[in-house]
Amino acid sequence: MIHKIIDKKDLCPGNYLIEVEASNVAQRFQPGQFVIIRIDEKGERIPLTVADFNTQKGTITLIFQVVGKSTKQLGILNVGDVVLDCVGPLGNPSEIKKFGRVICVGGGTGIACIYPLIRALADTGNEVISVIGARTASLLILENEITALGSRTCVATDDGSKGHHGFVTDVLMNLLDEYRNSGGVDRVIAIGPPVMMKAVADITKPRQIKTIVSLNSVMLDGTGMCGSCRVFIDGEMKLACIDGPEFDAHKVNFEDLISRLEMFKEKESEAINYYSSKAGVKK
Amino acid sequence: MIQIGGTRVVMEEQSVNERVKNFRSVPFGYNAEEAIAEAQRCIQCIHGPCEKLCPVHMDIKAMIREIVAGNFKKAFFIAKKDNAIPAITGRVCPQEEQCEGVCPFSLTCNGINIGKLEAFVADWAMNNGVKEGFHIEEKPEKVAVIGSGPAGISCAVDLRKYGYKVTMFEALHKAGGVLQYGIPAFRLPKDIVDYEISYLTEVGVEVKLNHIVGQNIMFNELRKKFGAVFIGTGAGAPQFLGIEGERLKGLYSANEFLFRTNLMKAYKFPEYDTPIVCGNTIGVIGAGNVAMDVARCAIRLGAKDVYILYRRTKKEAPARDEELQHAIEEKLKFIELVNPTRVLGNEDGWVTGIELLKMKLGEPDKSGRPRPIKIEGSEFTMKLDTVVEALGSKPNRLFLDQTPELETTRWGTFKVDENLMTNIEGVVAGGDAIRGNATVILALGDGRKAAESIHNYILRRRK
Ligand code: FES
Repeated sequence: MIHKIIDKKDLCPGNYLIEVEASNVAQRFQPGQFVIIRIDEKGERIPLTVADFNTQKGTITLIFQVVGKSTKQLGILNVGDVVLDCVGPLGNPSEIKKFGRVICVGGGTGIACIYPLIRALADTGNEVISVIGARTASLLILENEITALGSRTCVATDDGSKGHHGFVTDVLMNLLDEYRNSGGVDRVIAIGPPVMMKAVADITKPRQIKTIVSLNSVMLDGTGMCGSCRVFIDGEMKLACIDGPEFDAHKVNFEDLISRLEMFKEKESEAINYYSSKAGVKK
Repeated sequence: MIQIGGTRVVMEEQSVNERVKNFRSVPFGYNAEEAIAEAQRCIQCIHGPCEKLCPVHMDIKAMIREIVAGNFKKAFFIAKKDNAIPAITGRVCPQEEQCEGVCPFSLTCNGINIGKLEAFVADWAMNNGVKEGFHIEEKPEKVAVIGSGPAGISCAVDLRKYGYKVTMFEALHKAGGVLQYGIPAFRLPKDIVDYEISYLTEVGVEVKLNHIVGQNIMFNELRKKFGAVFIGTGAGAPQFLGIEGERLKGLYSANEFLFRTNLMKAYKFPEYDTPIVCGNTIGVIGAGNVAMDVARCAIRLGAKDVYILYRRTKKEAPARDEELQHAIEEKLKFIELVNPTRVLGNEDGWVTGIELLKMKLGEPDKSGRPRPIKIEGSEFTMKLDTVVEALGSKPNRLFLDQTPELETTRWGTFKVDENLMTNIEGVVAGGDAIRGNATVILALGDGRKAAESIHNYILRRRK
């Protein structure tokens, strides 16, 4: 089964949005879940974030950042091109119910992942405060869409080009202080680079605020077959693809997660060099 | 010249030096002349013990007779009649414990090389475009087959022969199950698997890839949409020892190692995208066929020293003799009577070695094999840069979790009656999903039996 790209947008340098035909995924997708795609016969299986879905059209919207060979190749595809496989939705849906006041922290492409969650939580009657951040203003994605959801949205950039000058965690800390005397915060959800999620967990743990993170460990099959995505939760081995991807942030061993994400780093640069040289030859 | 007994016609194979550099088939397979000569050794004994011990009771003697007569087409049809995938079973069956093991010649000289003859006729048919055509009398009922491994394949083909509409659901992007992701190409070339799978679609089985029952299509949906369901989900979930150091980079489950290498073709990286990091010194925990597959893949991926770490001795190793032999020829080193206690790593989180505890053999346990006993205080360490745990696998809990209504054993396999029916009428299971880690041929046998069971169920329902 092939999946046609019916829309594509350059969100910001190195970040793309594509809308792909995948009716089976669109029919069943729930916030928190993800897909695995394989571009062509020689392609690898890569997990991607689903930022949106359209049941009527049978399409899903994927947002990704170019980080390796496959995302580079995917970024070059245009409307009308196809990807060979798109399997999902995978993983467990997020727990969506009325918690009260929820702070959603999104960093980098994690913003794409948290966007459908913010929407679902707001629709369920929560007071949602969104904190989104990026290295610099031009890399900040989905700001308008998130603001349009109507709830309070705070922005942070590392270089201060927009919003708070600094990290999302600074903003989070301020918010927690601000709300302390007005009912507090019932839940924090953080999706982004592992270091960011770890920093969030470190802030909320002493304050005893239930915090959920979505783990992006190295995946292969996405069905619990290989153990490549294993993460350690309270010392116990779990598979991010079928037990997660969301876990209680206070129980996650982030050091292991960060370390394991490095496993194929060298190979990734080898792949990208090979791809660039081949693409060069073709031109 | 008709040869009685005598010795086996030698199977030519790639030299050891050559084959450790590639993933091509080790044996070349018989040519027509060699096949006839080997077939002529068969004395057609009246009782045909080979046929009795064959889990799918192939008409082996008849197949051999046709080979002797040069009627390869007929021989192929005979093989295919009882076995949906002879090209595959001919290569991966443990023949020495089945047909070939009870051949009267196996006592004095080698039994007839039935496996290779079976593979020969199937390959001959593939190369000559000969296909088993059968007339299908279409029936209105629809059956869902979950899983496209050996059990599912055989069940689906038989169900089509009965005339049912069959839809097969496969979780991965390629059909074939363990034949694709598990068994390496040097034992089972993938063009052969692809060919057998293409046969499925030819006979009208609808194959739905990327459909994970219990995840993106629900079991209850299938029960509603289909008159009956066959569960051939295998045993695809890895097991880990649960020792210290399993978080380290450079440690894999056998499933991951084989999945990357075989299905994703990591041995062709970077032409293929999926990478594998395989160090120079690798330790494989376990001594079954899967462990041998991992070891032999590692050698081909460039590992210099490959160790099998096993808590018993070579004699008790569950791997087939042929696999063990091939692996030893390829310079695999066997470390007997050790039990891993800890995987060691450096500050960057990479595997650097393993700590092993020495064992000794005690009284036989329930399996009849001597029980390995720990020798306290005998720990020693070994330098390694890759560790693979090949401890056997268990049924995937993704599916189990979604089907609490199905009764299971404490090993997570489905409980079935003598007709392979689960506790839910119309839901039948077979293969590793009911057996744990068994063989391709047993799965094939189950698939066939399951198809019959489904057929009877549907007939009962019609009344
Ligand atoms: S990706 Fe293979 S088990 Fe999770």
